[in-house]
Formats: sequence, structure tokens, C-alpha cells
Amino acid sequence: MTAELVAPAPTGSGGGRLSRRNLAALLPTLPFFVFVAVFLLLPTIIVVVGAFQDRYGGFTVHNLTILTTGSVRSAAWWSLSLSALSAISGGVIGGLLAYALATAKISGGLRRVVVAACSVLAQFGGVMLAFAFIATIGRTGMVTALIRSWFGTTIDTTWLYDFKGLVLVYSYFQIPLMVIVFLPALDGIREQWREATETLGGTTWVYWRRVAGPILAPAFISSLLLLFANAFSAYATAAALISQSNPLLATQIRGALTNEVTADTTNTAHVLALLMVIIVSLVMTGYAVLQRRASRWLG
Amino acid sequence: MTRATGPLPDAGRRPRDEMRPPQLRRRRRRKQAIFRWIVVALVMLFFAIPMVALLDFSTRLRNGTRNWVSWQPIVHLGSDDPASVEIRAGLVNSLWLVLVTVLIMLVLLVPTMTWVRLRVPALRRPMEFISLLPLTIPAVVLVVGLAPIYRIISNALSISSIWLCFVYVILVLPFAYRALDAGLDGIDVKTLSEAARSLGSSWTTVLWRIVLPNIRSAVLSACFISMALVFGEFTVASLLGRKNLQTAIFIVGQGDAKTAAALALIVLAFAVVLLFVLSFFATGRRRQNQG
Amino acid sequence: MTEESSPTASQHRSACGVTVSLRDLHRSFGDVHALAGMNLDLTPGELVVLLGPSGCGKTTALRVLAGLEDADTGAVVVGGKDITGVPTNKRDMGMVFQAYSLFPHMTARENVAFGLRLRGKGSGERTRLAGEYLELVGLSAQADRYAHQLSGGQQQRVALARALAIQPTVLLLDEPLSALDAKVRVQLRDEIRRIQLEVGTTTLFVTHDQEEALAVADRVGVMRAGRIEQIDEPETIYSRPKTAFVAQFVGLTNPLPGMVENGRATVLGESVPLLPGSPANGAVSVLVRPEAVTVRPGGAPSAAGAATVAATSFLGSHGRVQARLADGTLVLAQMPTGPVAELAVGDSVTVQVLPVAALATRPTD
Repeated sequence: MTAELVAPAPTGSGGGRLSRRNLAALLPTLPFFVFVAVFLLLPTIIVVVGAFQDRYGGFTVHNLTILTTGSVRSAAWWSLSLSALSAISGGVIGGLLAYALATAKISGGLRRVVVAACSVLAQFGGVMLAFAFIATIGRTGMVTALIRSWFGTTIDTTWLYDFKGLVLVYSYFQIPLMVIVFLPALDGIREQWREATETLGGTTWVYWRRVAGPILAPAFISSLLLLFANAFSAYATAAALISQSNPLLATQIRGALTNEVTADTTNTAHVLALLMVIIVSLVMTGYAVLQRRASRWLG
Repeated sequence: MTRATGPLPDAGRRPRDEMRPPQLRRRRRRKQAIFRWIVVALVMLFFAIPMVALLDFSTRLRNGTRNWVSWQPIVHLGSDDPASVEIRAGLVNSLWLVLVTVLIMLVLLVPTMTWVRLRVPALRRPMEFISLLPLTIPAVVLVVGLAPIYRIISNALSISSIWLCFVYVILVLPFAYRALDAGLDGIDVKTLSEAARSLGSSWTTVLWRIVLPNIRSAVLSACFISMALVFGEFTVASLLGRKNLQTAIFIVGQGDAKTAAALALIVLAFAVVLLFVLSFFATGRRRQNQG
Repeated sequence: MTEESSPTASQHRSACGVTVSLRDLHRSFGDVHALAGMNLDLTPGELVVLLGPSGCGKTTALRVLAGLEDADTGAVVVGGKDITGVPTNKRDMGMVFQAYSLFPHMTARENVAFGLRLRGKGSGERTRLAGEYLELVGLSAQADRYAHQLSGGQQQRVALARALAIQPTVLLLDEPLSALDAKVRVQLRDEIRRIQLEVGTTTLFVTHDQEEALAVADRVGVMRAGRIEQIDEPETIYSRPKTAFVAQFVGLTNPLPGMVENGRATVLGESVPLLPGSPANGAVSVLVRPEAVTVRPGGAPSAAGAATVAATSFLGSHGRVQARLADGTLVLAQMPTGPVAELAVGDSVTVQVLPVAALATRPTD
């Protein structure tokens, strides 16, 4: 009895002391979370909320009607098919390149250089890539000129700024991205699986059909999904190539940001951004699910 | 016990080639190597052509002759040529941005990640999830939400491009986090810090003298990747109306595409070299499959 | 663990048991000679263990037999047929790897059935046979688990079942227990031996653990630098080593100075018979096993074996004493726990060598 009176907090309000200690432990992590909250979560919230806000700040779904307009629908269609096509082409070619690299020595110069080049082109090349393609197959591009001097034909180079051109340019950075994303999975293939297959009587075909193929499938498909999301989110290359129109969702946002006020819908940019983030989130969820399976087998 | 027919090999006496059994493994390895070189050569060609084209394009004149005129604004960076001015401004901004972004990234991530590992492991999953968010929220989308925030920053601080550093830290987050995470996984942070603390060191000392030196390669990794990203970033800078290296390339390109092409080539080459050097520091996760 | 043999196993036994011959194999990797004239003959149904330190070529020899490596020269003969040029997938050999060889995307049952599927067995038959082999290794309950859900020991059992299910002519085991915990290792090695005896397949087993080798083998081949230095029954390898390397690699030895005369050496005042291969005369270093050394308390300080106790240890079933001789040499003796318990560090003792045949070598300084 006296012990209770004499002894302060420790056992009496054991729960309170414990949670105070927990809170104290959280304190040093605060800067990170506050920073992320302000510069990542807050903008996202602004986008989501803004999509449903009218001119006076009240709630409305009217803004969403922008999604039914012709230009937005066509931009959405372009973005989706561009992403799909470039993901597939990038996935197949990049997959082959990754396989070729996986069989090379990991510390060899070849692999280093190729991986470094892929890292740059995959993620950090937007505007520069656009100029590279203008320089290659633009009106006064090198390959255009070469074709003219070899075959005598002048190809109509406006296709570079059209859908087909975009697929080509986007493939250009999708292939390296595939290499970067898929190579770790290929590295995870253990020699023993191949050898075990052989000792059990399997041929190369059996190995790919029943062992390596099924094992790599989740990683391959998740990589394709990542490529899709990447193309869908891409802005810089298209923005640099096409300044006169807005054929993709990403560039539509550019248009919406530069002329905010339209007749009866506000926050067009927010709506478009919301649409984008929903699509990308769905794709990335699929990616995460498959990736977990892949890392369980290959990690 | 049955014996095989035929003479037993007399090692050392007969020439090796006669007795050599079919080298099936070596043949397969050679076929693999050939395939590898062909594929890599083809794809390297695919990559190289636009780079070569950049060089060609930037030095070719309409009448077919070649000179380096378009390179002048870059070579003479200090001149009054409007292109040079533009490039100078963008380059300086980008350099500062790299420095500040990397600094903020390190100061924000290293202590927090260490602390989470030591004291609040429950936060590790949320942190990982958050670090992956920027991959799911496209930069274009982020910009829409950032516009009002940056308006406030412009009023409170300035309209200088340096304040892009905040967004850039978010953009490099996925890559930097992954690199640092791999590095911290490689050392037993708990044991090391407990040993240091039992010897009497403060938390700052633990971070500065124990943790950091041991994750040096991971830190370098994170820095290099952040560098490459910041140098190549266009979307946010352009849509928020700021100036950096890439917007400079774009603006210069509207005036003279050739100069822009030259600049693009230089920056791309630089970034490749940067990441090539990085690969010597990366903490690889490949397992050694020998035996 | 089933006592009576399963029907599969006895089918197995009647079908298997071939001779295996490795003839004068040479294999170099650049400057390194992994195999330098290796010869090995296995009788039907025999389990031979290749034992040696890392780099001695034992794994290379196994892999050449499996077809996973090409030999530079030499021949591989199985059941009288030269299969040197035959690709791995036609050699009909079951192999158990050190680790990570289970297909991660298949259950244990599917893993075991994999080889059967390749041989065209129908789905029903596959399931039945896979089930039988899983039962043979004691894992029927885990048949539908995936590799990552199984412990290391369980994974290796599945690997064994998978290798046996195809009823191979030869069974190959590449350090199958090295990646496992000590206790699991001991348990599993006995099981592997029991199963191998039951199915009767000619088996080649590679390890660097000499206790493991002695425990499971019909014969042990000690390898060094790409060649077999001695191949004999475990008991012979241990008690009658032919070279110093074998004597020192298998079991512990005390190199004690002695003088040779008439095929015997005088060590610490005792006369010890020498094994063939020892020098015929002069000063030698005799490799005495710890269990051939006893330590008795007391004794004259000037006697040949006078020593002081440096340390004692208790190892459960027996004890060990480290005693320091007058000239500073440390001798390790292995004795029953009773006498060891009575000794304390610093005690004056007499070290005595028992007249057990030992190998001697020229002393190296």
C-alpha cells in the first residue's frame, strides 16, 4: 500500500510511460514524414480534392465531364495504346538484351557499360532523347539523309511527331528500362535448376518450357506492367517533340495548366491528373502483387 | 567386373587432342557467348545511332559541309550569345540543385532509416511504401498538386529554381531509398550501434563515424543516381516555370536545334560515364552460384 | 520412417547396381589442375565418398561423371559403356546438389514427379510414384508444400526423393549436407545411408566433412590436388593411412618426434609399430592419434613423457587433455571422462603413447 503511494509512474501508469517512450522514439523520424507529407501527400490530396471542387470550392462531380470530351478520350486512347505497344516492344527486345547480359560476367566491362547506358536512357533522358530522334529521323536527320542518298526516296518525316513515331521513341527508353527491371530476376535464376533439369533428363526446351519460363513469368509480366506505367506517366519526351498539340493525357495536363479557366469546368488539370494516377496506381498494384511472387522464387 | 573395350588412355604420352572427349559444355558456352555478342551488338547499334546522329546533326550545315558552329555557344560558355546565357543559367541551377538535393536526401534518409532499423522497426514497411509512391504518382500529376504549394514558396522565399530541390528529393526517393536500404541491410546496424553506444558514443557519432563509413558505397550509389536524375529532370521544372539544364536544352532547341543536339549529346555522355563509375560502387545482390 | 522396404525400393534394388569407372581424368581451369589423373572404380551398389579439402577436385570429378563438366582427357565408363561423350540429360544419373536445387514454382510432389513426367509417365502414375518416394524420405505430409515453406533438411530430402524417383543407374550427391545445421546433418546422413542401402544404387558422395565420410561410406577416397591419395574402407583409412596427408586430414594427430629402428619407432620412451610408408630409419615425426595417448598423474619429472596439464575439456562421451611436454610441445590425449575429471590445470603428469600402429614422416621444421 505504501509502495503504491511512494512509487511514481513506472508500474502505476505503466501504459502511459510506455506510450510516452514510443512517442519519443518516433520523434527523430518526424522530419522525413513531415517532408513527405508536404511535398508528396499534400499535392496528391490537392489533386484528388481539386478534381471534385467547383469554382467556389464546393463539392461537385461536374468537372469529371471533361473526361467525356473528344480530345480527352482520344488522348486517353493514345496514351493507353502507346503505353501498351511500347511496353510490349520494350519488353520483348529488352528481355532478350537482359538475357544476353545475364549470361555475361557480372563484373565484366561489357555488362557495366550496357547497364550504365540503360540506366541513363531509361529514366533520365526525356528531352535529350527527343532531340536525338529529331537528329536521327527528323526532316534533316542523319538516317533520313542516309536513306535519301542510298535509296533515293525521301520519307515523309512528319510521322515522327505522329503516333508511330511516338511508339518508336518510347520504345527507345522502354528497352533500357526493361533491362534494368528484368535483369535482377534473370540473375536470380540458379545454375542448379538448369543442372537439376539436365540430370533428370530434360532438354533445353524442357528447361525453358517447364522450369525457367514459369519461374520468370511473374517477373516478366510485372516488368511489362512497370513499363506500361512508365510510358503512361512519361511527359518530357512528348512535350519536347510535340509542342503544338496535346495528343497524350500527359501533355493534355500541360495544356490544362497553362489555360486554367474554361467555360464551365474548372480544375481540368486536376481531373486529368486524377485519371492518370488512378490508372497508374491500378497497374502498379498489379506490378507489386506479381513482384512479390517473383521475389519469393527469385529473390 | 566388365571392362570397357578399347585402349585405356595413356596420359602424358599421347597428344592431348587425340584423347579429348567431346567438349559439350564448352560448345554450349561458346554458342551462348556468340548469341550474347550478336544481341548486344545489335542493341548497341540501336542505341548508338541516335547518339551518332546527335553528333552528325549538330555539326552539319544545310549545304552538306560540316563545322562546329553550333557548338560555339557551349564551348564558349561565358560568351554573350543568348544560347550561352541560357545554358549557363540552366547549368548553374542544375549544379546547385544536385548539391542541395543530394544533401537534403542524405540528411533526411540516412538518420531516419538508421533510427527506424534500431528503434521503430514497425515503421520500416510504411517507409518502404512511401518511398515507392513517387513511382506510382507521375511527376506530371505531382506538379498539378504542387502548383499552389510552390506559389506559396515563391511568395515566402523566392522564385529561384533552387527551391525545386524539395520536389527533387521526392523524385529521387525511390532510387535513393533502395540503394541505402540495400547498404544498411549489408551491415548489422543494430550490433554496431549497440557496440558503439556501450563504448560511450553519442548518436551523432554513431551516425557519422560508424554507420556512414560502412555504407559508403550505398551512399555513393544513392548520390550518383540522384545526380543523374536531377540533371535529366525536365517535367517539373518546365511545368512550374523554373529553369534548369533540361529546360535550357529545350529553349535553346527552339532557337537552334543543332546546339540543343550538341548539348544533349554532352549531357547524355556525361551521365553514362557517371553511372558507369557508379557501377563500381554498387552493392550487388547477385548470388555466387559456384557449388 | 518405415521399417519394411516399400515395393518401389525392392523394384529399385533389382534394377540397379552398375559399375562406374573414372579413367585417368584430367581437367584444368587455366593454371589450376582440378583433376590430375584421377582414377576411380565403383562396384555395383557401393557408396563411395570422395573426401578432401576445397579445391582438391572432388566436386569436379562428380560433375564430370554427371556430364556437367567436360574432362580434358580421360573416360567415364558406366556399366561397361563409355559415356564420356553422352550429354547429361541422357546419362540417367540422379543428382542431389548442395542447396537451392528444388524448383521454386513446384510443390514437393511436383518436384519429385518432374523426372517421371519427362519419361512420359501418366499423371496418375506420377502422383503415385512421387507419393511413394516422398514416403521413402519421410515427407508424405509435406507433399504439397513449396520449397520456401520447407526447412533445409526437408528440402534436401525432397531433392533426394526427386533424384531417386527416376530410378537412376548412378546416384550422385554433391555435399548434400554441407548447408545444414549440425544436428540435422547427422540425422540426415544416417537416413541417406539407410535409403541408399535399401535401393541399392551405386552412389558417389562428395564431402569435406571427414566424420560424415567415415559414417556413411563403403569406401572413402581421400583426394588431394586432383588425385585420389588413398581409397579404402573407413576403418582402414583411419587406422592405416598411407600418407601423412591422409593421416592428418582424417581425424586428429599429434606429430611426436621419434627414432626408427627395425620398423618400430621410440616415442616418449615407448616402442610404437610403424605403418607401411613410414621412413625405415633415422629421426622421424610419428603421427599419433589422441586416443593412442594416455595421461597419468605423477611420474618422474625427468622421464621422457613428463608434462604439465595445460587444459582439459569435457566432450560428453569422452574427455580431452592438452599436456605440455618439457620441450614445449603440446600433446592432445583422448580418454574416458573419469580420468580426465581428476586432472587439473598445472598438474604434473606423464604422457604415454600406446603401441598402436602409426604412420611416421620425415620431420619438417
